[in-house]
Parts: sequence; structure tokens; C-alpha cells
Amino acid sequence: MNAEVQKEESMVLQKKMIGEHFETLSKSAENGRKVVYTFVPGNLNELILAFDLLPVHPEVNALQSGMRKLSGDYIQEAEKQGHSEDVCTYVKCDIGMLKKGNIGPTGEKLPPPDLLLLSYTGCFTFMKWFELLKQEYGCPVVMLQVPYQAEGKITASQREFVARQLRDVVVPALEEVSGKKLDEDRLKELLASSARAEDDLVYVWESAKHKPSPIDAYFGGVYYIGPIFTAFRGLPSCEAYYRELRREVDFRIAHGMGPTTPEGELRQQKYRIVVEGPPNWTSFRDFWKIFHDEGVVMVASTYTKVGGLYEQGFRHDPARPFETLAEYCLGCYTNRNLPARVDIIAKYVEEYEADGILFNSIKSCNSFSAGQLMMLRELEKRTGKAGAFIESDLVDPRYFSAANIKNRLESYFQMLEAKRQAA
Amino acid sequence: MGTQDIIDRCERIYRDLDFGYVHEWKARTGGKAVGFMPVYVPRELIHAAGILPVGIMGGGDDVEIIRGDAYFQSYICHIPRSTVELGLAGKLDVLDGMLFPAICDVIRNLSGMWQMMFAHKYVRYLDFPQTFNDAGREFYRAEMAELLVDLEALSGIQATPERLNASIALYNANRRALAELYDLRSAEPQRVPTSELYLLLRAGNVLEVSEHTAMLQQYLAAARLSQRPLRDNVRVVATGLFCEQPPLSMVRAMENSGCYIVDDDWVLGARYQLHDTATGANPLGAIVDAYMSDTVATATRYVEGDDKGAFLVEQVRSRNAEGVIFAAASFCDPALLDRPMGQKALADAGIPYTAFTYSENTGQVQVIKEQAGTFADSIKLWGAVA
Repeated sequence: MNAEVQKEESMVLQKKMIGEHFETLSKSAENGRKVVYTFVPGNLNELILAFDLLPVHPEVNALQSGMRKLSGDYIQEAEKQGHSEDVCTYVKCDIGMLKKGNIGPTGEKLPPPDLLLLSYTGCFTFMKWFELLKQEYGCPVVMLQVPYQAEGKITASQREFVARQLRDVVVPALEEVSGKKLDEDRLKELLASSARAEDDLVYVWESAKHKPSPIDAYFGGVYYIGPIFTAFRGLPSCEAYYRELRREVDFRIAHGMGPTTPEGELRQQKYRIVVEGPPNWTSFRDFWKIFHDEGVVMVASTYTKVGGLYEQGFRHDPARPFETLAEYCLGCYTNRNLPARVDIIAKYVEEYEADGILFNSIKSCNSFSAGQLMMLRELEKRTGKAGAFIESDLVDPRYFSAANIKNRLESYFQMLEAKRQAA
Repeated sequence: MGTQDIIDRCERIYRDLDFGYVHEWKARTGGKAVGFMPVYVPRELIHAAGILPVGIMGGGDDVEIIRGDAYFQSYICHIPRSTVELGLAGKLDVLDGMLFPAICDVIRNLSGMWQMMFAHKYVRYLDFPQTFNDAGREFYRAEMAELLVDLEALSGIQATPERLNASIALYNANRRALAELYDLRSAEPQRVPTSELYLLLRAGNVLEVSEHTAMLQQYLAAARLSQRPLRDNVRVVATGLFCEQPPLSMVRAMENSGCYIVDDDWVLGARYQLHDTATGANPLGAIVDAYMSDTVATATRYVEGDDKGAFLVEQVRSRNAEGVIFAAASFCDPALLDRPMGQKALADAGIPYTAFTYSENTGQVQVIKEQAGTFADSIKLWGAVA
């Protein structure tokens, strides 16, 4: 673990972008910039940027705190304040960070929100999270309710419901906090830029169909989604990032190279796995290393689709700004019903020629985790591929048992090997 | 009929996980039955389509989980395990469909599991508005209209405005009887033991509404004549129990700990609306209006304004309660995430509280009894413990 961590150029670029965003946030008051807290899934970044507002994503703060080993203390602080051990650790990490001075993951103080934009998409906890933050900050909240795709498709009534809220409720709230009227042409420019970045991201995801795969679509993938799922979608810097990422991927394809991992390039790829569920952030590198050491590459993952399933064809459409934003919110992965999620994963297994399916069941996240064992059974039946099931948490280090997870995964890989030998 | 005979029947219904009453009702009427999960569904719509609404609130402490555990991870509440167990054991075969209201991600995802496990049955996830404006109202109206079409197709009975009005009137009568029961318990708690009230509510999950209302009225008449001594108990409100239901043994333990529970939120769907739903030319609109603007505040419902916790504080004051017991099912996201906000509101109002978690199959109720008893003692001795 002492070896120097190897990173791709795009990872360095992404880190720089995020660092600069936190710096901008820390200076927002002196620069007269207003701040909107909102959530990642189905976020309205283009709309926020159209008002020249600065977005903050509490989940991103929490996962960054997890990767920097700060989350454990924050969570315990929140529990001392009366928050239950049983609930989402993103929420507790955020509350604990606030109670300890709201120092962001890069060491700079985060500004308080001028508005809480409660994009209620795919996760019940979001609603309670912003009810809690409203009490802490005493600022206004605007709710955007996004109905669940219970029948596996977006209905006209759902689309109209979301679009109408955007027009009648969200835009007026953003106008009030920013002091500006909506410039629809500016919004359309931002949406067009998003679509170009989305094209490049899809190219990157689909590159994993190559053998060897030039990307790791889970551990590497969480870096790849950073700009597009957060504060940058719609900006030229986001487009530039995905152009660079695509260039790197093309280079690796041309040279038969695997993805760069913290332990070096993963060229010898023994098993190709599809992953369902978020990663553990507190032991991210240890977790990744378990797979690296076994020659496992993740060829597709569902977590990297929480902000949008672009490979299914969705692109932000500047010609229909409100409808396209509604469809984006409705389409994120955790807003899909379980049969649709099974269909998505089964398709990944087939298209990416995967050897198996891994479920990382997250204690904190019932939106992902409830029903995953049923999905696993269904997928094994449909694809004939073996599944593995492990349990951990997002940012609570008490729930990452490295030895147990390693043992279970080693047994799983042995089973995959035995199946391969028998075939 | 005395209270004991009524309560004995309620307990038989509560313990009957084969849903004998539903079998018997279907055989007698030739009608269909549709199950629903907590917290709230508009039962008037189901009833108007000639269907028996059946509240499915898990298996309690009477069902052994054999297959249900294999479908869920370690860290999750108990109600989906026991509900899946009931489903896989064939206990819910008597139901012609299942409704899963939008209350949390577990029940939401359970709807998808049900779609896969029981593909031949009618399954619907009911999305409720969390935004209480015109857009939310229109969305909810469309949801309810679609539900009604589904139910009519299932039963073959058209829910005409006349039928809807008749069903609304029956449920209004039921809600009034329940309100009377709660008022009597609050005014004279010795006449309505909470364990009896709880069983009466649970019976309402299964019984046809007219039959349940008649039962409540019989009980009320008998309870008013009962001679039970008033104990020197502390008056408390119990909150957080709106989804996974406590086992009867836990309710009895709380009651025997020195507490009179004078309000609560279990089986909340039966009392979700605060007043009568209007009857008239637009019954569907009236059902929508009732949901939008005339309900209790609970953790599964978004609070737009600054009055988070105000409903709970008002509940304490209107019932002349001396404290609050937060009892949440383990891993219940809505109840546990909401709890700090409720506690803050109580602390600001100077109302004492205590908190614990349980599960529907909690066997060790002694600890809960001791905690509730200590809470009651502390209020008696010092007036406040928060």
C-alpha cells in the first residue's frame, strides 16, 4: 500500500476541477455568488448554472470525506446529536461535518445554502435529509418531486408533472434566490453542451466491450462520472474533460492496454464482472485492490448510472428544455423499478460478455439494496452467470470488514474458475 | 356482547395469518380482495369497485421466517421479510392484487419484488404527491383515476359516483367511530385499554368496513359501561409505529409499565384523514382533496413549512399528555430520520420524551417495559426528563 498511486491524466484533471469548485465555493460570499444545495441523481445542473448559481452536492461531500478518512468522526458526531445508527451514513456524515464547522473535503469552509433544491429522485432519504438541513440552516427549500418508474417506463402524466413543477415552482424559486430572470437561450446552450459530453461518456462506457477492457467501469468509473454528475455538466470544462477521457481510452484500445489502477495497469484481465450497488468509500483503494490482485475488471456498473443512463439513448435536448430535464430526472437508475434494473444488468452481462455479477449491498442505501438478493436470483436464472453478494457501507468505516469481504470474494473467484474449467 | 368477546374475536383475526375472514368473505360475496401495505391507501376506491381492501402489515411475531430472510440483506427492517414469507408460503394467495404505497424505498422496492415473484397477480405501486400544490393535485388525481380503472377491470364492477359516495360515507362513519374510540381512551383511559384499542384497529385491516364500524360501536357501548379502576399512570403519546407494527406483547408491556397511551400512530391509514371526506358530484375529487389538505402529519409525508414537529406537539397538548415515546422499527428510515426533528420540537416545547427501537417479532419486551416504566417514573418524580 506504500507504492505510489498511479492515476490517469483524466483523473488528475478531474481532481483539479473539483478542487477549483470547492475553492470557488469557499469564496462565494466575497464574490457575491449564491449557493444551491442539491442532490446528484437527476440533478438540474444546467438550470442552476443558467442562473449563475453554485451547486453543492452533499453526497459528494460525504463520499469525499469518506475517501479522506474523515467520515467516521463526522458520523459519530451526528450520532452523539441523536441520529440513529440505523440510518443513511451520508446524512450523518453531512450533519456531523456541519456540526464540526462545515469544513469541506478539501479543507476549505463550505458556504451555507441560499436555497435547498430538493430534487426528490430515486431516494426517500433525500426528503428527510433536506428537512433536517432546513432546520440547521433556516433557508428556503424548493421541492421537485420526481415520480417513480413503477411500471418500467415514463408516462406522459409523470413527465408533465415534473415539467410543470420546473416551470411553476423551481424556476421561480431560482429566480428569487438569484435575482435574475431565466434566460432560456442560455439554458439551451448549457443543455447542448451537456449532450456533447454525454456522447463522449457513452463512448467511454461502451469501450469496455473491448478485450482487454481499457476502462474499469466501476472503480475507475466513479472518477469518470465526477464532472458530468456534479457541478460541471453544461460547461466547456466538462466537454473538455470527456474529450480528454475519450482520447485516453482510444490510446489504450489502440495499444491493447487495460485501465490504470492504483496498483498499476490491469492488462491481464482474468474475469469480467458487472457490478450493482455503490462502492465503499472509506476503504476504496483496499476494495479495488482485492479485484486488481485477482485480475478482475469491472466492465459495467449500475452505480455509475445514478445520474443518468445515457447508453440507453437519453441526451439532454435543448429543443425541449423542461421536458428533457424532466426525463433526465425520471430516468436515473434508482428511479427504475426492480424488473427494469434486472433487465439493465442482464443486458450488460450479455453485451459486455461478463463472467459474473457482483452485488455490493450497502447498509445505508435501501434504494439500491432492498431487493438486491431477489435481483441476484433472477439474474442468475436469466444469464446463467454466477453472482456474488457482499455487504458494506458508503462512508461508515465500521461496516467495512476487509477480511470477510476478501474471503467471500476469493471463494467467488474460485467458483468462477471452477465453472470456467468445467465449461 | 361484552368487550372481552369483541376483543377475543379481534385477537383471533389478528393471529389468523391464513386470512380466514377474507376467504369466507370472498366465498360469501363472490368478490375480489386486494391487499395493501402501510401507511395509507384510499380504501374508498377499492371498496367502491366491490373489492375487499385488506391491510397487510407483516407477519408479526407469529410467523417463522424460513424463506423471507434469503431475499434481504442484513440491515433492513423486518416487515418485508415477513411479508415475503407470507407470500411465498401461499398465505396471501387469497388476495387478487397488492398495493404498495410510496412511503419508503423498502416498500417501493418490495413492489418490484412482488412484480417478479407474483407476475400473475395485479401489483401496483401507488405514488403519492409530496408537493401539495396544483401540480401535485393533478398528478394524484391522475394516479387515482388510473387505479380506479385497474380496480374496475379486476372486479368487473364500475365504481360509479353513486358507489363512490356510498363507500366514502361508510369510511367516514368508520373514521368517526375510531375518533370516538380514541377520544374515549384519552378521556377515560381505564375504559379502553390500549391493547384492546390496538386489536380493534388491527381487525379493521381485514373486516369489511360496515362490519368493523358496527364492531367499534358495540365495543364503545360496552366500554362505557365497564368498571375498571383508574391507575396512577402517566399519559403518553406513542409515535413512530406507522409502518412495521409492534407485536401485541410489546403494546401490553408499554401499557403495563405505568403509561396510559393516549394517542399513537399505529395502523395510521385508518385515521390518516382528520375529517370526513365530502360526498357529492365529484367523489374522486373529494378523495384527492382529503389527501392533499386534511391529514395527519407523519414521517412519510413531506412538511413544506417551518412547522416540523408541530403536529406532534399539538397531539401531546390536545390529549393532555405528559410525554412522548418514540418507538421506531429498527432500520425504519422514515421514523428514524424524522425522530431528531420531532425530538427538537418537543424539547423546544418542554415536553419530555424517550426513544427505543423494536421489530415486529421482538420477543424481549421486558427491556421495553423497563424503559417505558423508568420514563413514566421520571415524569412522576421530576416532571420532565428530556
